[in-house]
Amino acid sequence: MKAFHKLRRSFEHGVHPAHHKEQTEDLPIQRVPFGKDYLMPLGQHIGVPAQAIVEAGEKVRRGQLIAKPGGFVSTGLHSPVTGTIREIGDFRGVDGRFAPAISIEADPFATQKVDADSALDWESMSLEEFIEAVQMAGIVGMGGAAFPAHVKLSVPDGIKIRHLLINGAECEPYLTTDHRLMLERPEALLEGAEIMRQKLGAEETVIGVEMNKPDAIETLRKHIKPGAPVRIVPLKVKYPQGAEKMMIKSVFNVEVPAGQLPRDVGVNVNNVGTIVAIADYFLRGMPLIERVVTVAGPGVTYPANLIVPLGTPVRDVVKFCGGLKPGSREIIMGGPMMGRPIASLDVPILKGCSGVLVFTEEETARLKEYPCISCGRCLEACPYFLNPSRLARLSKARMYDEMKDYHVFDCVECGCCTFACPSHIPIVQLIRTGKDDLTHRKEPDA
Amino acid sequence: MKKQDPDLLLFHAPLLRQGMTTPKAMRDVIYALLPATAAALWFFGLSAALLLISCIAGAVLAEWMFANRAERGQSLRDATGVLTGLLLGLTLPPGLPLWMGFLGGVVAISLGKIIWGGLGHNLFNPALLGRAFLLATFPIAMTTWVPATGEGGFFSVYDGSLTLPFMQSSFDAMSSATPLGMMKFQQEVTPLMNLMFGRTGGSLGETSGLLLILGGIYLYLRRDLDWRIPVSILLTVIIFSAVLILFDANRFPTPQFSIFSGGLLLGAIFMATDPVTSPVTPKGAWIFGIGVGLLVMLIRVFGGLPEGVMYAILLMNAATPLINRYTQPRVFGRGGDSK
Repeated sequence: MKAFHKLRRSFEHGVHPAHHKEQTEDLPIQRVPFGKDYLMPLGQHIGVPAQAIVEAGEKVRRGQLIAKPGGFVSTGLHSPVTGTIREIGDFRGVDGRFAPAISIEADPFATQKVDADSALDWESMSLEEFIEAVQMAGIVGMGGAAFPAHVKLSVPDGIKIRHLLINGAECEPYLTTDHRLMLERPEALLEGAEIMRQKLGAEETVIGVEMNKPDAIETLRKHIKPGAPVRIVPLKVKYPQGAEKMMIKSVFNVEVPAGQLPRDVGVNVNNVGTIVAIADYFLRGMPLIERVVTVAGPGVTYPANLIVPLGTPVRDVVKFCGGLKPGSREIIMGGPMMGRPIASLDVPILKGCSGVLVFTEEETARLKEYPCISCGRCLEACPYFLNPSRLARLSKARMYDEMKDYHVFDCVECGCCTFACPSHIPIVQLIRTGKDDLTHRKEPDA
Repeated sequence: MKKQDPDLLLFHAPLLRQGMTTPKAMRDVIYALLPATAAALWFFGLSAALLLISCIAGAVLAEWMFANRAERGQSLRDATGVLTGLLLGLTLPPGLPLWMGFLGGVVAISLGKIIWGGLGHNLFNPALLGRAFLLATFPIAMTTWVPATGEGGFFSVYDGSLTLPFMQSSFDAMSSATPLGMMKFQQEVTPLMNLMFGRTGGSLGETSGLLLILGGIYLYLRRDLDWRIPVSILLTVIIFSAVLILFDANRFPTPQFSIFSGGLLLGAIFMATDPVTSPVTPKGAWIFGIGVGLLVMLIRVFGGLPEGVMYAILLMNAATPLINRYTQPRVFGRGGDSK
């Protein structure tokens, strides 16, 4: 059985969407020019929002700390540009709600050189100091969830992290940021990985890459120093290979128990982009103020992989790529399977935003919904072995409490069920509705 | 600048879909039935064509009559009415009066599907429900089997076919027997080759085993059918009859005879696998299939009827919600069964 698993290198179930990566996979990462307006929401990550430490009218330099962590599950925030703080107030965010953010006007004459340009002495840092440094650098999971990276580093007593797993699956269609990073910055990736591995005290670094990126696997293999405890594991191309529990199953053939975290099986999982950000901070002194974003989709004139300063409005990014083609109807932040639609081009690029995808009439056409015929395709797609058809039916009947009996909270909303449904039932959307009701519902006063 | 912004839609991800749709899946089943249908025409001639058309006409008319006015066109386009009519027709004796076929089609859709709430909500397989209705209402006509087209060739029509509505025809003129009937009542075995290629008496679509299997393979390749159901039904039947043979090789049918006789293949591949009325969970599919297989053999060998596929499937249809409830899949990261 073990040998058999080694051959397959995958998890069970899942789906096979078309990759659509050909638009951008061969395009080198390029830098977008600095614009004028930047907006840095204080809550760019899961957890507590950061607290602004600057005031309107204050001059800031690129890379300067402008907000400090608001708690443990919170990170620092740095100015992406040299310029002036215009306003600190409520702005409409990606999800359409108003949330506190810092608006910055860039100085058109500044050199935009990063403020602190020096390596940190990470080797002599204690683990606590290292964790705090990661927190202050504002580093979060760059794969999309934007979970603060330092929280994963603080492991409770009694748990030993044995493997550092680096997630280079990039299983979402269209996105090519991790792919390009692995090709163009393999040294930074491996250096960052070594820093993380040593600080975690892990035995080895494993980099999981989907097999549709043979050039990335090749490049990384070439750059591994002889004798270094690093191993590249090519993985089967299947969605959602990049979901951390799925990748642990694929690489180590271990199921992370429901309700537990990867650390409970001795694994620390980080995205390629996160590890590169670690290297940039500890070796070059650069906090998280910019990130790589794939701009693609049928509605983009010139698709590209871009380094974008955080806080840049999507409008500027799209404009740099030649603007929207006629017939563009929807913009997704993130991947087409799990990303979020945005309502306005004025929304800023956030730390967790790996892609800006523009879709046209064709992809967004409303498909006629048929009744569920219990064909079971969603059960065969769900990587968590849930019963999505049952969950969707319960949600439609507003029987949200019953959804708990079917383990609705084990659902990670990967969207495989909706993808697979021949009746075009928005299954994952219905499940989200149920989860939302269960989490946010106010019980009537007794 | 602002004015040029397109009105952005906010459809939630995932935006991507695989290409299969429910109407496509239904049409696939129709395509898969075409070889067996062609064989039915070849063996039973014009009567077969007329009977199939009457069944489909009845089903589609019922679909149209009872559909919500706004969705009328749509519910016809999803092809389920045509499919139900075709499946029903294939389970009927070739010489059945056409008006009975038409009535069966109407009942299959109205009582088998619409009354439950339409597509996806019915408990029983509509085509089999229609057949059960016909069998209960016209027991003689439904058990009168005619031989494959004889002297008249393709264009000859069985005497019974054109009987006027609400009239019974005289049947004794041209009756034959199904392989299962001969087995049960005369202990006479039909050669296997005849069974496989269809040169036997029987319902329109059940006589040619090989073409049915061909359709099943097509459906499997298109991922339209849960392979566990036909496989478990057939395995159960094979094992059951193999065990019986150990007791008395002369009295009981051989496994290959059991598989290729009667409506077993038609039922196992096209009726029991109806997604709506079969369990949705993989484990449930096995239980369902084994249940159908056991019931078929029990009815055939120990029951009073020569054939039991229809009742076996209908009985297991009734058990499907229960099976679904008790066979929820094991959830990732949760050891053992979750329910």
